[in-house]
Amino acid sequence: MSADLVVTNLRAGYGVSTVLDGVNLTVGAGEVVGLLGRNGVGKTTLMSTLMGWLSPSAGSVRLGDREIAGLPTHQIARAGVAIVPQGRRVFAPLTVENNLRIAHKGSQRWTIERIFEIMPRLAERRRNRGDQLSGGEQQMLAIARALLLDPALLLLDEPSDGLAPSVVTQVMEILASLRGEGLSVLLVEQDLHVAFSVADRILVMQKGRIVHDSTTEEFRSDGERGRRLLGIA
Amino acid sequence: MFGFFSSNLITVVDGIAFGVLLFTIALGLSLVFGVMDVLSLAHGSLYLIGSYIAVSVSTAFTPTLGFFVLALVLAVALGSLAGAGLSFLTRPLASRGHLDQALLTLGVAFVVGDLLAQQYGREVRTVAPPSPFDGSVSVFGSTYPTYRLVIIAVGLALAIAAYLVIERTKMGALVQATVADAQMVRALGVNTGRLMTGVFAVGAALAAFGGVLGAPILNAAPGLDNRVLILGLVVVVIGGLGSVAGAFVGALVIGQVQTLGVSLAPSYAAFLTFGAMALVLLLRPAGILGKGRLA
Repeated sequence: MSADLVVTNLRAGYGVSTVLDGVNLTVGAGEVVGLLGRNGVGKTTLMSTLMGWLSPSAGSVRLGDREIAGLPTHQIARAGVAIVPQGRRVFAPLTVENNLRIAHKGSQRWTIERIFEIMPRLAERRRNRGDQLSGGEQQMLAIARALLLDPALLLLDEPSDGLAPSVVTQVMEILASLRGEGLSVLLVEQDLHVAFSVADRILVMQKGRIVHDSTTEEFRSDGERGRRLLGIA
Repeated sequence: MFGFFSSNLITVVDGIAFGVLLFTIALGLSLVFGVMDVLSLAHGSLYLIGSYIAVSVSTAFTPTLGFFVLALVLAVALGSLAGAGLSFLTRPLASRGHLDQALLTLGVAFVVGDLLAQQYGREVRTVAPPSPFDGSVSVFGSTYPTYRLVIIAVGLALAIAAYLVIERTKMGALVQATVADAQMVRALGVNTGRLMTGVFAVGAALAAFGGVLGAPILNAAPGLDNRVLILGLVVVVIGGLGSVAGAFVGALVIGQVQTLGVSLAPSYAAFLTFGAMALVLLLRPAGILGKGRLA
């Protein structure tokens, strides 16, 4: 399953403060799009709004031919959106195996056995509780949990955050291995190295809007512009 | 030491039977609070409804096991419906804090209490134990009512079943996950509203089941709803929120405090239960088996 994500003029915020101020973006079928931006520009708010954790005040979110903006979270998930949230949010009291079991809805493509083949570390830790895992193991578990939903669109919110460099490499390898799966991915990432290595296209967000959209190669070709957009001195 | 046990054995067994009854109400309270974050003070009413169902059935028919089972089935059916109703009733208050939920459900408890008193009167109504279990057996040389042993057996079976469902099934894992992070569970495509209604219905059915089961020893009377509710809340505090094993251990502790404690130190009877709760809160604020994640 794969789908185009088309976000049009999406607005959302908390109370009276507007965080997303008319976001427009697309993620093509099977495309990996990296979303960059400084802290506080609205990247995580965008992810939360796409997942339905936050209700948009205006705008449209289409997944394939279906409008999903404003739907309850569980319906957005059933429409084919899965999230690997910031902070991983694995279920602490459940074992690795149960974290996976409750996510698996009968997908033939993604089974717990297949997850254990791709991520053997999780197989070793299958009887451990979520809160007994290292940060890297929790990240793998969060990715695995999302894959078991067999999503059309995967939202990844800072998968490298707080992980040791060697673990980041492992997570990147897993993300790279998903390339052949036809999965559309929207990746929020602070680590440019990670974003550049997995994304086909780079978007930059400033003050709740997308201000740059180009291929990864094009973005990298102009270092000065990249630094300016990301506010790197 | 042995002398103490032999002279108090019957009281200890009584305490276990009472503890098991408290477990049926405390487990529901604990799950509803743990999973839905809803404080339901109408839970005692569900127990009392169960007890009055036992009164109705035993008045209308001879107290055979078949009719007692019928009362249990009716109580479970009515309890589930009432629980689902309470779940819908409290949903709009989900984001408004525990005080509002407590006020609403306390209001429901008052209304139900008055309706039951109108229907069944204000006097104590007794229920005979079902016929094969209305006799006595010898326990370590003392005579003991058979029915109380049946309560213990049924309660143990319930506790084991509840533990297995929560710890070993996918549904139980979902319930635990919802206690931990309901928003993330929704992102897995789960309609947590439906799950919560289900948990509320099961919790309420358990309380009504306990009401039927307990009727032959605690009878049915106005005020019993408040008594079991308060003890149930104490059990939840002692055992730890959202924990089946915690509710069971807490219920057994309070069962003993209410029987053995009162028998050994009658002048401190009123103080003992809440003293035990205060002691647990001082030493282990998350409860004996609580993990503190729901605090």
